Amino acid sequence: MAATSDSEAFVAFERVQKSYDGETLVVKDLNLTMPKGEFLTMLGPSGSGKTTCLMMLAGFETATYGEIKLDGTSINNIPPHKRGIGMVFQNYALFPHMTVAENLSFPLEVRKMGKSEREGKIKRALDMVQMGDFAGRRPTQLSGGQQQRIALARALVFEPELVLMDEPLGALDKQLREHMQFEITRLAHELGITTVYVTHDQTEALTMSDRVAVFNDGRIQQLAAPDTLYEEPENSFVAQFIGENNTLEGVVKEISGNTCTVQLDNGELISARPVNVTEVGQRTQVSIRPERVETNKERLQEGAHLLKAEVLEFVYMGDIFRTRLRVAGNDDFVMKTRNAPDQERLKKGQMVEIGWLPDDCRALDA
Amino acid sequence: MKLTQSLLAGTALALVAGTASAQDMTFVSWGGAYQMSQQKAYVEPYVEANPGVSITWDESSAEAVARLRAMNEAGNITWDLVDVVAADAIRLCDEGLAMEYDPEDMLAPADDGTSAEDDFGDMIVSDCFIPQIAYSTTFGYRTDMVPEGVDAPSDICSIFDLETYPGRRSLERRPINNMEWALYCDGVAKDEIYDVLATPEGQDQALAKLDTIKDDVIWWTAGADTPQLLADGEIFMGSTYNGRLFSVIVEQDQPVAMMWDMQVFDLDGWIIPTGLSDEKLEAVKDFVYFATDTQRLADQAAYISYGPARQSSAPLVGEHAELGIDMAPHMPTNPENAENTLLYNYEFWADYRDDIDAKFQAWLAQ
Amino acid sequence: MSDTTQNGPMLAADGTPLKRSLNRALRRQKLRALMLIAPLLIFVLVTFIAPIADMLFRSVENQIVSDTLPTATEVLEDWDHTTGAPPGEEVYQALYYDLYLAAEARAHTRLGTRLNYEYTGVSSLFRSTGRGLEDLGEEYQDILEDADDRWGEGAFWYELMTGTGDTDARLVREHRARLQALENARLTGDVGFAPSVEIKELLPQTTFAYTDFAVFTALMDEDVVAEEDPWEGVYAGLAQDLETADLSGYDGPGAEALVAAQQTLAEQAEPINYTAFFESEDKDWVSPDIWATIQTYSSTYTGGYFLNAVDMQLTPDGIEMRPDGQRLYMVLFQRTLFMSLTITLSCILLGYPVAWLLANLPASKANLLMILVLLPFWTSLLVRTSAWKVMLQQQGVINDVLVWLGLVDDAARLVMINNQFGTIVAMTHILLPFMILPLYSVMQGIPPSYLRAAKSLGATNWTAFWRVYFPQSVPGIGAGSILVFILAIGYYITPEIVGGRTGTFISNRIAYHISTSLNWGLAAALGAILLAVVLLLYWAYDRIVGIDNVKLG
Repeated sequence: MAATSDSEAFVAFERVQKSYDGETLVVKDLNLTMPKGEFLTMLGPSGSGKTTCLMMLAGFETATYGEIKLDGTSINNIPPHKRGIGMVFQNYALFPHMTVAENLSFPLEVRKMGKSEREGKIKRALDMVQMGDFAGRRPTQLSGGQQQRIALARALVFEPELVLMDEPLGALDKQLREHMQFEITRLAHELGITTVYVTHDQTEALTMSDRVAVFNDGRIQQLAAPDTLYEEPENSFVAQFIGENNTLEGVVKEISGNTCTVQLDNGELISARPVNVTEVGQRTQVSIRPERVETNKERLQEGAHLLKAEVLEFVYMGDIFRTRLRVAGNDDFVMKTRNAPDQERLKKGQMVEIGWLPDDCRALDA
Repeated sequence: MKLTQSLLAGTALALVAGTASAQDMTFVSWGGAYQMSQQKAYVEPYVEANPGVSITWDESSAEAVARLRAMNEAGNITWDLVDVVAADAIRLCDEGLAMEYDPEDMLAPADDGTSAEDDFGDMIVSDCFIPQIAYSTTFGYRTDMVPEGVDAPSDICSIFDLETYPGRRSLERRPINNMEWALYCDGVAKDEIYDVLATPEGQDQALAKLDTIKDDVIWWTAGADTPQLLADGEIFMGSTYNGRLFSVIVEQDQPVAMMWDMQVFDLDGWIIPTGLSDEKLEAVKDFVYFATDTQRLADQAAYISYGPARQSSAPLVGEHAELGIDMAPHMPTNPENAENTLLYNYEFWADYRDDIDAKFQAWLAQ
Repeated sequence: MSDTTQNGPMLAADGTPLKRSLNRALRRQKLRALMLIAPLLIFVLVTFIAPIADMLFRSVENQIVSDTLPTATEVLEDWDHTTGAPPGEEVYQALYYDLYLAAEARAHTRLGTRLNYEYTGVSSLFRSTGRGLEDLGEEYQDILEDADDRWGEGAFWYELMTGTGDTDARLVREHRARLQALENARLTGDVGFAPSVEIKELLPQTTFAYTDFAVFTALMDEDVVAEEDPWEGVYAGLAQDLETADLSGYDGPGAEALVAAQQTLAEQAEPINYTAFFESEDKDWVSPDIWATIQTYSSTYTGGYFLNAVDMQLTPDGIEMRPDGQRLYMVLFQRTLFMSLTITLSCILLGYPVAWLLANLPASKANLLMILVLLPFWTSLLVRTSAWKVMLQQQGVINDVLVWLGLVDDAARLVMINNQFGTIVAMTHILLPFMILPLYSVMQGIPPSYLRAAKSLGATNWTAFWRVYFPQSVPGIGAGSILVFILAIGYYITPEIVGGRTGTFISNRIAYHISTSLNWGLAAALGAILLAVVLLLYWAYDRIVGIDNVKLG
């Protein structure tokens, strides 16, 4: 494939819509561009449209409206086997009647590659995933992690420029999953492949991706780098979906530049950063990350806001303490504090004062 | 006191009478119209006269010999009276599965006092056989398929005359009757047929004659086949039991006519299985005495066009029970129909059936 | 204690070796498990294994000849059939008394039926001769009774035969066994007779015949021997014995009557000649062929049925092929195999797409289709087969449509029934569900992601199907094929109805021999061969494809 001058648009979704039944849209007006070599994750709850997008890109579903472009050309009418996109499936889809080597040989054979060339590529691909000794095994004789590696090797063996992965680690246990996350990102970056990765696991999305597209209700809610996504969620769905989040509901009383004043439902006033509140009187959800909440006033900077809170639960978790509080009528307000010598261990029923910096407190849509 | 005593005595008497006459008997017959004629002509009148008796039919006459043999081996005979063709009666007698009986003792004399033995005469072809009816295997043909300018077939040898009477025929898938007709039409004198058929050369001669029409024959195994084939116009002429043809012609009013020439007479009657309990045997004997008397056998002819096996019954044959037509002209024994007939040769076929059947089937399979 | 057993086997707490203790515990468990399944196991054995064993046994069993003619077959062993002469008088003599008892027990016609399979005409030979046996003895009986009334008295005979000295109980036991074999039943009860040793030596044939009579009278007729008049056959025996007997040393009961009888018979009667008697009954009896057949089939077990089943025959001169015009079974076996394979193949071709549809349609439509597939199961086999008759016959629906469309001339309507084609069509229709169901269940287990994976790897639709989907559906094809083939190979109703001349199966002949010719031995041999063929094919399938590759669901 010729190198694209417009590296921003190796993969492009342009106003793509998808409907299965002609009544409801599962994908609503999707626009997305990906530069070459990027690792992009589509994250969202089930039914959010992320897998449909992946299947449209792979060619197993057709877009109802809009265009999907690969390297500048529309691929809407190209059948899947001509798209040259590697794919790793949720349950690996390794062909059970073929050995590992035969599985890897399959994409090369259908490309009419010579035997010696095939063997070289298979060996390289297997070595790449450290499975060189397993060429003669059948998939059923392999463990889940090993099957995962083979599936990966098979998707890569014909050297596609774009690889799609559909929740590939869902069936693995935690430890193995973390290990494979690392392996996959390493390989993707080493080989410089463009990767679209679908998952509903936010940790996976945050740790692996260059950018994450958060899907909900058929739309991309936010498309950003992991840190931005976590620290600067653009709406309450993203704030809730990514990481742990505390919300307090209220009404905007005043907006002035980078701060606004919110009157909480119990009457207290707090200041926050207006993110997508635009006018006074609008209802809002104020979002604060648990680790940004403090009880130790010495650690709070000047101007931190203070609220009364009752300790409902205190959990010792080793590196941190997790405290559940009742704040402004919200019983599920969580505070995470580092386990430090000077950190007080709170008791259930104790009344404390908590606070945070106005910058960590984001006023979002209700 | 007296009252109770007489009441008790009365009850006891009734009980004794009840047990003596209450009998469940299982009769075996062929099903269909024939069994119905037995039901109407003797079973219903008998049950009416003997309220304690109940009779169950088992439509297994076609495999009666094999079933009786199997029952005998298992030591549990569940049949009480079995309707079979004469050849089967002879075999059952040979195998010791049918009971020998004395006609004088068990069958009613004719109304004029002629003994049963004389009244049935030659019809008693085996010591175990209680004759009921004489039927014949004969031909029927489609009147609308007779070629123009040609007389309707009246000679058995028109079966083999494909030039004058083109069209398909149906014959029974067994050597019996077919071999006789073939030899007769190949110029063998009627009284020499069995002498010739006993020799391998004679058997080959008969098969060679059948060979001339082999491709134009549909071979039937069930008595209902030829009537169906005639009614559907699948064949021009075919052999079957005369009663079956009667119902096609008279009851169903199809364009079919009889060709009685060289009809082969055969007999059908009862046998009593060996090994019945004394009580059962008495009940069966009582029924048989009733069911084979002159009037009962004549009554049967009102329901089906088979000739009663008693000479004394012939003058009593009247009209069809439902259609009201005179039955005599439809009887195979009617002088007009019986100008040229053959009698099933039990002795010959008992000996030669296995041998000739093997040759016949081998010839068919070629 | 632990010291001494340190090097020996491990011991359980009670000191028994651990292994034995474990075995005992396990055995108890196994026994309990066995008891639990015992009713089912017995049911399976009785209803499934036993009939097969019985069939295999029947295909070689041939006791009827030696059971019915025990003495004759024994004497016949010395006869050499190649001489072309009938056997000697001693064989006819043995035959007379064997046949006499068999006729009384009504077993001689059964033997006639059996031997008629091998030699045409034996059936009526045995039946008619059975009726005439009494004539031979009757002749002497009349002479003896005319001379002395006592010869007609059962009591006199009983006294004569019982004698006064030692009696021979063994002879009674032997004759009881002989009758038991004939009747195929265990006969209990007291005979109430034993011949005296003296009489047995003096009048051996008479004693033989009288003991048969006594055993039969006591055990079968359940009468008292002394009160019954002996059979005519006993007089024949007496006539024979008196021809040579030296009565001078005998002074037991009836001694003077015997002397008088010897005198009378010598004066008034022809010397007994069994050969001449049988020849007068039927001249077939002096044909060496019939004796050669009896000799050939006198063994208790025979391969004759199996030879018949493969178009061969056991003749006195050894095993040979049947004459050309009589070879039937090999043709039928080949035809059965060929047609069963064709039917299996048609079922695969028609069933595969249907099963694929079933597995890939949305559930609601798949259910409807499944009902359509199963619908044939809800109608009777006869109805379905007869429906094909209506469809395929010359005046049938298909021909009518073809003629109406002008594709076929009215005078040249297609013959599609009563031949192989009709059988294959009807049976494919009937057996199709047995192919579709296992295929469907296997296909349902193949996730659609395999096909997607193959396509994403660059395979065209066809390659993806052929190299990825099809190999995974092979277990379903295997299971369906085994089911359909095994069902087809034993099918009998449909070929009987629509098979005509060229479409019948071997099973139709088996049915014929079971229900019409009653040659159950041949039917069993044909069935055993069919079973062997199925097992062989199963074994071959296991070898080539592997039986673990068969999935029924």
